[in-house]
Amino acid sequence: MRFRFQRKKSTDRSGDLSGITAVDLLDEVSAGLFARPGRMILTVSGTVIGIAALVATLGLARTAGNRILGRFDELAATEIYVTTQPVADGETPEHLPWDSPERMQRLEGVVAAGNLATVDTNGALISTSPISDPATQTEFELPVQAASPGMFNAVRAKVANGRLIDEGNSQRADHVAVLGSGAAIRLGITSVAQMPALRIGDELYSIIGIIDRVARQQDLMGAVIIPEGTARKEYGVTTPDLVVIETQIGAATLIAKQTPLALRPDNVTVLKIASPSEPKRVKDAVVNDLNTLFLLLGGVSLLVGAIGIANVTLVSVMERTGEIGLRRAIGATRLHIATQFLLESTSMGFVGGVIGASLGTFVVVGVAAFQGWTPVLNPVMPILAPVGGAVIGLLSGTYPALRAARMEPVAALRTGT
Amino acid sequence: MPDQPPSPTIELRELSRVFPTEPPVRALEGVDLTIYNGDWIAIEGPSGSGKSTLLNVLGCLDRHTSGTYLFEGMDVSTLTDRERAGLRGRRIGFVFQSFHLLGHRSVLENVMMAEVYRHQSRHERRTRATTALEKVGLGHRPDFMPTRLSGGEQQRVAVARALLGAPSVLLCDEPTGNLDSKTSDMILDLFAELHEEGYTIAMITHDSDIAQRAERRIHITDGHLQEAS
Repeated sequence: MRFRFQRKKSTDRSGDLSGITAVDLLDEVSAGLFARPGRMILTVSGTVIGIAALVATLGLARTAGNRILGRFDELAATEIYVTTQPVADGETPEHLPWDSPERMQRLEGVVAAGNLATVDTNGALISTSPISDPATQTEFELPVQAASPGMFNAVRAKVANGRLIDEGNSQRADHVAVLGSGAAIRLGITSVAQMPALRIGDELYSIIGIIDRVARQQDLMGAVIIPEGTARKEYGVTTPDLVVIETQIGAATLIAKQTPLALRPDNVTVLKIASPSEPKRVKDAVVNDLNTLFLLLGGVSLLVGAIGIANVTLVSVMERTGEIGLRRAIGATRLHIATQFLLESTSMGFVGGVIGASLGTFVVVGVAAFQGWTPVLNPVMPILAPVGGAVIGLLSGTYPALRAARMEPVAALRTGT
Repeated sequence: MPDQPPSPTIELRELSRVFPTEPPVRALEGVDLTIYNGDWIAIEGPSGSGKSTLLNVLGCLDRHTSGTYLFEGMDVSTLTDRERAGLRGRRIGFVFQSFHLLGHRSVLENVMMAEVYRHQSRHERRTRATTALEKVGLGHRPDFMPTRLSGGEQQRVAVARALLGAPSVLLCDEPTGNLDSKTSDMILDLFAELHEEGYTIAMITHDSDIAQRAERRIHITDGHLQEAS
């Protein structure tokens, strides 16, 4: 490499111009760096920590953000609740058709749909024991819900034990019940293996299953759930209170529009449809909050790294005053001196960036693996981080390099040893 | 070289260097000096006499204020900074009082550094540096680190570095200033040998015992030169 920024005065002098080959320059830079390996490692570690923190925080922000969004999206963006419009006292409330789930299933984009109705048991208490023990409470006041078979899918119920209510149970109006885990604990039921039963008032019901988790309608966890057909027959339930619909992602808005026509073509205004509204905006807000915070953290650590490089390079320039003087005497121009120090600080930043990016990626993958998450990293990051490190090194080295270049060789040779 | 008729390596005409302080310091005034090819010249003077300023001007480390400085017939004042740096790197060999060897480089690498700013291929650089080391009697210690050498040996490494590439002149600033008298004599013996070989040597010192070893002696007082006959 030859620095040609000054015009040549005449051809016979050009052979006398000061210059340095790329090989020699790199040799001098690496020799300068490795003259004090311990210090170089410490200096680089500042950038390593900064870049690692930045890559890790950005990666974790994305990973965690993705995690939050995943849950948030899935649930909120795919659910529709249908109820009837409330009516004033005295008026007859509107009804939802019993075949709402079937009607909804016919629509493209509906994953699951089910009815839910609160059963009015006239204050009947629920008990699993035929004997009334005065010492302990054996009868409980628990909500009773009537569910269509599709309901369990629509709320994503997870069976802990036994099975769920099926179509046959509903059609035959079987006396079977599924317990939410909360209700099961209160009633002292842990398993359906021994075919336990419960009484609602005086009616006996076989407990066929226990559910331990629902994604929606958390009330169900504390309830006794009986088949829809049974509730209609035994308790005279006339209409579902709620239709729960799960749609495919992105289909909710369209399905919500179609629902009134599907369920009440005679009078579309009596239904109240609750569907997700613009979840994207909420999601963006969450992501932005996360990113701003983490970017700030990474930026601060990077700034600390940059100051570290600037500081050490400056100290190095001061210590190498004699060397700078000597280099000027043996033919180095100011530009050569500045270039050498800039390259030294830049390569320290670059190496710090490479190591930092690797460490940061490790942290993201490690944390994600530990949490069972999917690590999400911007693929540009591992490439950008070393470049960023190099830029930081370059910027940090600018002032020290200028100081070195401005040094008068005479004074440098006099003071330095 | 010694058989050639002497031609001027360095010619100073009415040269002055004024430092623009308040009041201005006239470090050199009306200096006329010719150093011929093959000269061994000592420039003597007490501290503050202007001898360091003269050395810096001669070494193209500092620019003179007025007058003429011809280096091998070339007017130095017309050169750009980069050309002056090139001149320093190729035509002038420096030897300093405090040696200025890089402590983390081997003896051979220190000598090889002389070629770094000459935009020169590394081909046979090692051989050239080894030859220079042999010339100063250190051919057997190329891989030593300078810190393990005595002061006299370190200065010989510095001389070898200055000799690499056969410069037109060796400029020495108190070359024995950090050495004891016995070692000083050895360095001066080395200069005598180099002088015999035809090297041009300009040596600055405040010590008249050192200066008397030179062929020509010039006194500098308050920026004025006076040549001893």
